[in-house]
Amino acid sequence: MDRIVEYYFNTKIFAIAFPEVLAGFRTTVIVSLLIIAFGVLFGLLLALIRCANIRPLNWIITIYVDVLRTLPQLVVMVFLYFGLPYLGLTLSPFVTTVLALGMVLSAFASEIFWSAIMALPRGQWDAASALGFSRVRTLLTIILPQAIRLAVPLLTNRAISISKGTALGTAVSLPETLGQAQSVMAIVANPSPLTLAAAFYLTFFLPLVVASRWIEYRYSHGR
Amino acid sequence: MEMFLENFANIDSLLRIYPLLLQGLIYTFWLSVVALPLGILLGLAIAVLYSFKHRWLNIALLVYIDLFRSFPVVVLLILIYFGLPFLGFTLGGFAAAVLAIVLNNSGYYGEIFRAGILSVPQGQFDAARALGFGPLRLVFHIVLPQAIRNVMAPLASNSLELVKTTPIAALVALPELLRSARVAQEQTYNPTPLMAAAVIFFVLLYPFARWVARLERQALKAR
Repeated sequence: MDRIVEYYFNTKIFAIAFPEVLAGFRTTVIVSLLIIAFGVLFGLLLALIRCANIRPLNWIITIYVDVLRTLPQLVVMVFLYFGLPYLGLTLSPFVTTVLALGMVLSAFASEIFWSAIMALPRGQWDAASALGFSRVRTLLTIILPQAIRLAVPLLTNRAISISKGTALGTAVSLPETLGQAQSVMAIVANPSPLTLAAAFYLTFFLPLVVASRWIEYRYSHGR
Repeated sequence: MEMFLENFANIDSLLRIYPLLLQGLIYTFWLSVVALPLGILLGLAIAVLYSFKHRWLNIALLVYIDLFRSFPVVVLLILIYFGLPFLGFTLGGFAAAVLAIVLNNSGYYGEIFRAGILSVPQGQFDAARALGFGPLRLVFHIVLPQAIRNVMAPLASNSLELVKTTPIAALVALPELLRSARVAQEQTYNPTPLMAAAVIFFVLLYPFARWVARLERQALKAR
């Protein structure tokens, strides 16, 4: 018991590590929010472009979506960070993490929006066109609001699970929560900073996970 | 274009490093093959325990599920690999990666199976009990077969995600595919191995990704 307290809940070490880990946590939160904003908006844009039904564009989007949905997140990240510099394009760890995970989320989001749009009955389009709605107006004012309702539970789960990937940023030396905790741990030779990092992650992600459970419940029982 | 080929499809580099990639692929394969059934079984056990509707047990199980769902798997891995040795438990890279992936996914699988069991109508339970089925036979013969059919899409999707998390083992120096590619890249000063690893992951996982996408689309339509 003493050893557990000594190594995992050492208050002296907590005090030393707190500012560093807190700074890392700030990065984690900012990076996560940027990933979600970029991923969801870009994914929605891609799904809308797909609705325009322009063949070559659809192929490009399909390839983009399939590649990013299939590759492991860490592979995308490492590829951007260690591969692109050979082409003369060097990205910072911050940009790499946001871009890699944002792209992955956008691929999933566009597929979710697209399937939701497709899942709506054709009759909606026909009825709107019979009432004299243009295609664009039908899409934006009739189809999209319903599609988004269908998409929300899937989207929140995916957004949370991908933004948890910010901890992967440590692989490209992004100074986020985990990376900061690890560097303090190396200095003080005590893993208590990791406990601190774990607590920070839980305070950020646990409410999101609980909220997503609630959203899922609301959306499946509200209709 | 030439610069691109020279850097990302360099045959000389590929010929020199392919044994390294092959060995990496074997580790990736074993990681997936060991972690996948363990994660599914643990998740299933959690959901079955949950279906017995013991109040305090269910609260504990929900806490377990949400804790592991909100905890980034990389953080878990680092805790296990770098934190546990202070208590005298030292795990190798392989065991640590399997443990982290299994614990993390048991939360996800637990939630999926739980939702599946909840989706089985109460009448099925009542009818089975009226026919004199014991609790175990009720769960395994009546409830689970229907529950699993209802959650095939998230089940398949999560299994793909599990395989996609195996590259995190690279962070604890296990020479799986991504790590091997990084080592090869540093030996040859050429990112072709990274490209090769990405291509291998894509080719192996793409059929599963397509299958998952189809299941998800069907599930969305069925709602």
